[in-house]
Amino acid sequence: MQNNPVIKLADIHKVYHTGEVDVHAVRGISLEIFPGEFVAIMGSSGSGKSTLMNMIGALDRPSSGNYLLDGIDVSTLDRDALADVRNEKIGFVFQGFNLLSRTSALENVEMPMLYNRHRIPSREQQERATHALDLVGLGQRADHHPNQLSGGQQQRVAIARALVNKPSLLLADEPTGNLDSQTSIEIMGVFQKLNDQGITIIMVTHELDIARYTRRNVILRDGNIVSDTMVASRLNAENELQRLRQEQQAVKLAS
Amino acid sequence: MRIFASLKIAGRALCRNKMRSLLTMLGIIIGVGAVIGSVSLTSGATKQVEDQVSSMGSSVITVFSGNFTSGAMRGGWGSAPTLTVADAEAIAGLKNVVAVSPEVRDREQVLANGLNWNTQVMGESPEYPQIRNWGVSRGAMFPEQDIRSLAKTAVIGQTVVDELFPNENPVGQTIRIRNLPFLVVGVLTPKGFNLFGQDQDDTVVVPYTSHMHRITTRTFLNDILVEASSDKTINNVQDEITDLLLARHRSKEQDFTVRSQLELMQAVTATSRAMGFLLAGVAAVSLVVGGIGIMNIMLVSVTERTREIGIRMAVGARAADILVQFLIEAVTLSAIGGAIGIAGGVGFSTTVACIKDVPTVTPFFWIAIAFVSSAVIGIISGFYPAWKASKLDPIDALHYE
Repeated sequence: MQNNPVIKLADIHKVYHTGEVDVHAVRGISLEIFPGEFVAIMGSSGSGKSTLMNMIGALDRPSSGNYLLDGIDVSTLDRDALADVRNEKIGFVFQGFNLLSRTSALENVEMPMLYNRHRIPSREQQERATHALDLVGLGQRADHHPNQLSGGQQQRVAIARALVNKPSLLLADEPTGNLDSQTSIEIMGVFQKLNDQGITIIMVTHELDIARYTRRNVILRDGNIVSDTMVASRLNAENELQRLRQEQQAVKLAS
Repeated sequence: MRIFASLKIAGRALCRNKMRSLLTMLGIIIGVGAVIGSVSLTSGATKQVEDQVSSMGSSVITVFSGNFTSGAMRGGWGSAPTLTVADAEAIAGLKNVVAVSPEVRDREQVLANGLNWNTQVMGESPEYPQIRNWGVSRGAMFPEQDIRSLAKTAVIGQTVVDELFPNENPVGQTIRIRNLPFLVVGVLTPKGFNLFGQDQDDTVVVPYTSHMHRITTRTFLNDILVEASSDKTINNVQDEITDLLLARHRSKEQDFTVRSQLELMQAVTATSRAMGFLLAGVAAVSLVVGGIGIMNIMLVSVTERTREIGIRMAVGARAADILVQFLIEAVTLSAIGGAIGIAGGVGFSTTVACIKDVPTVTPFFWIAIAFVSSAVIGIISGFYPAWKASKLDPIDALHYE
């Protein structure tokens, strides 16, 4: 593990002023995440994990505290600078896939490159998007529209879109929330493969069995970290899938 | 800013909702189309009038004799015997005067071929066709020599030809005016009706000297036609004629009037300008209505696509990127609408011109104005929705249902 953390949160607070009551969603979280890590942030609803996620994702700024992303102090940046940070440093994967409808997979993946500060020639855009789709195993379906793809495939397109700008960090918000268990394992397989190639991944989830595919689990409660442990017996998605298929086979033979 | 990429995004968004885009454009299409169509047709009509005015000669000055007052009765312009041939000769000597024709007018019964016809008999100089911008279709105008010799020669208009010489070549034939035989030496090119509804071809032109000494026994002219060298010198020439005649007539009161075709031309131009302002008003109203339609749809579109805006912001679109994207969509809508409207308007006026046989002029100036202003309308009406989109919070937008 290298010495410079990708993410360094120091005493982060977030207070929402809604109505008469101030909501203290995050109460002084400090956290360091190093390159190559695969972290699951867990917690029940209301634990502050979404708020933390938004701040890590540079969608929101902390009320107080410092946040260094790749050495940049994100907590002081303005709207435009935050947009640039999101564009260059962070790849988002959402629960609801959030692909543009009636737009091909390839064009969906190209989309973040439209907003690069430096113009990327369209030929290079296409090459990079095709490469990203190959990485998630969807190279053959580049011209399919989201409604022609299964949920798992749509999530793979979303992952390709997140990867296309070569971010320092892949941020996944409940990426398996809308998927059945087998597809969930497939998606975790994609993440594990990417993590093996050195990509840092932070994933928010509330499913314990999904968290077991990561390397490190951070558990939040009421805006604080209550546990931060390395995963002892990490599951291998490929093995699990194989096991699952064998079981299905067995059921079929039995019937 | 990545304009090309934004154009691509806008184009795709508009294609996604073809029917809606078309209906949104309809306001602009109809407004621009109506304006271009009516401008084409009215400027065609205006041009026709202008052509008629200039066919009478745009640099022509007419000097009318003064009014004749007898007791309390005032005769009106042209009634007083104040203009003489000598006046006309003096005017001919002025700078920037190209041609002069002393004019005497009279209605006479003209006989020929066993037929007769009452028509206007004009005494003119040989320069008359040049001044009036009028050609001689058959034969030729009588020469200068005929003025000196009081020759009995005549050039006749097409209406007179039709009435007195049906199916015959009148050149070389004789017509009788007050029992005097006049030799027809030429036929004037048919000119049709003038602006005031008079048949200009219903005329017989003879040398003014012959008219004054043989037909009538007048010593004074009705008026003098003067052609200035150009429409730029016409005002100077007008002033010089006034000064010259005042000096020659030694009268304190001006016993003549000087008028130019330019004044008529200016009146016509003023009319068409007023028409232009009227149409511009109609155009402005219809474009505003079209713009409201676009703003309405853009607001709906921004609400509908809140999640898309959220996604774009999450992957790094700045507020300005979103603003430009929606602005370009609005401008594309209105500019395409404007272009279709222009094409429709030109098509409409051309079709009407073809069917109804009226003139039409493609008003390139108005087309440019219409296109630019529909694009501007797009910017104005698209700005508020686009600004609203760009101010969305990415987190809220992402979770918008």
